[in-house]
Amino acid sequence: MHGIKNLTLLLACGVALPALAASDKLLLTGGVTQLEGAAGGGLTPWAVIAGYGTRDQIGASAFYTDVRSQDYTLGTGGVAVGLWDRVELSYARQRFNTRDVGGALGLGTGFAFSQDVFGVKVRVLGDAVLEQDSWMPQIAVGMQYKRNDQGAVLRAIGARDDHGTDFYVSATKLFLDQSFLANLTLRETKANQIGILGFGGDKSDRYSTQFETSLAYLLRRDLAVGVEYRTKPDNLKIAREDNWYDVFVAYQPVKNVSVTLAYAHLGNIVIKDKQRAPYLSVQVGF
Amino acid sequence: MKTRLLLATAATFAALALPLAGHAEADTATYRDFGEKAGLVRIMDDFMLNLLADPRTRPFFENADQTRIKAQLVDQICAALDGPCKYEGAPMAPVHAGLGIKREHFNALVEDLQLAMDKQGVPFRAQNKLLARLAPLHREIVTR
Repeated sequence: MHGIKNLTLLLACGVALPALAASDKLLLTGGVTQLEGAAGGGLTPWAVIAGYGTRDQIGASAFYTDVRSQDYTLGTGGVAVGLWDRVELSYARQRFNTRDVGGALGLGTGFAFSQDVFGVKVRVLGDAVLEQDSWMPQIAVGMQYKRNDQGAVLRAIGARDDHGTDFYVSATKLFLDQSFLANLTLRETKANQIGILGFGGDKSDRYSTQFETSLAYLLRRDLAVGVEYRTKPDNLKIAREDNWYDVFVAYQPVKNVSVTLAYAHLGNIVIKDKQRAPYLSVQVGF
Repeated sequence: MKTRLLLATAATFAALALPLAGHAEADTATYRDFGEKAGLVRIMDDFMLNLLADPRTRPFFENADQTRIKAQLVDQICAALDGPCKYEGAPMAPVHAGLGIKREHFNALVEDLQLAMDKQGVPFRAQNKLLARLAPLHREIVTR
């Protein structure tokens, strides 16, 4: 139900926004929206700036993503603004429903952690799409401030904080000659399960460098397939945290709308092992 | 008799020499995907129609010598695809200097070209190979 409401809001934005913003970037070159609200792949930010604005324009996007594993559900909705293809400001709200696991842990069936993610990203140099005679990727730096609403529970499971900030640098390059796109992101973070389980922990409370990558192959102008991999810290004694990976298909039926379908391996999450999840994301962009 | 032998010899050499002449044809497969020269002429005809129908690009082309631009584009793209043509038009930068072309105009032009290539049935991968060679021209064309 929550998802439906968010989707309605998203579509409402979709109708309202075109009047405000332009849409002159090339198809699929803006990427989609990753789980924490930044323009990118599904799991990881790219160096591209949200929306379809060029360097003379303001672009915007909104998205809703639903990830449903055997034992958990993560719903995320958000919006982003791209200023002059240079600066991206984003907001996302995540709701992680523990379903029956919440009951088993004594938190109550359907217990949910919610998290706000405020992001900013700045394109530093390069152009992933147009500089086809050079190896130089597009490079951006960004940060994501995250605030979880379940501080008491987080501390009880060994997390040190209910808020934290990730810092990242992304390099993205479209190899148009080969119809192939590659992205590499390095992230400094203390987040447990991207912040859903808080920040820092009883095993480690230090920032660590994590590695994230997306590889995509363009099948058609409106269709791409790819894989992603994202390493994560392992700060909590209560449960091992695994790296994430997925395979995805991104489809852009019309310029302003994209739909991403993925299958993600999320590994162990608290008392449940081998979590696998279909991932469905809808985005509108201008 | 002698003449015939001479002609036969010449023909043999010509046949042997041809693949050598085309040896710089590292990859004319893409050129063939575009339907060679005849295909390029059709694509440029559609491309120009698209540019004139597109409000973002129309102002740059409606008062220009469209026939000449199309002919030069055929040569330029044929050459970019390692086809048997030479672009003999003016260099890009001075021609576009005063036009005030922005990034969004350039991107709109790419979209109009993609539509024309689709209509001609050029495979997507071949389209991308051409776009990869043309994209760096943005540095000489986009001035604002």
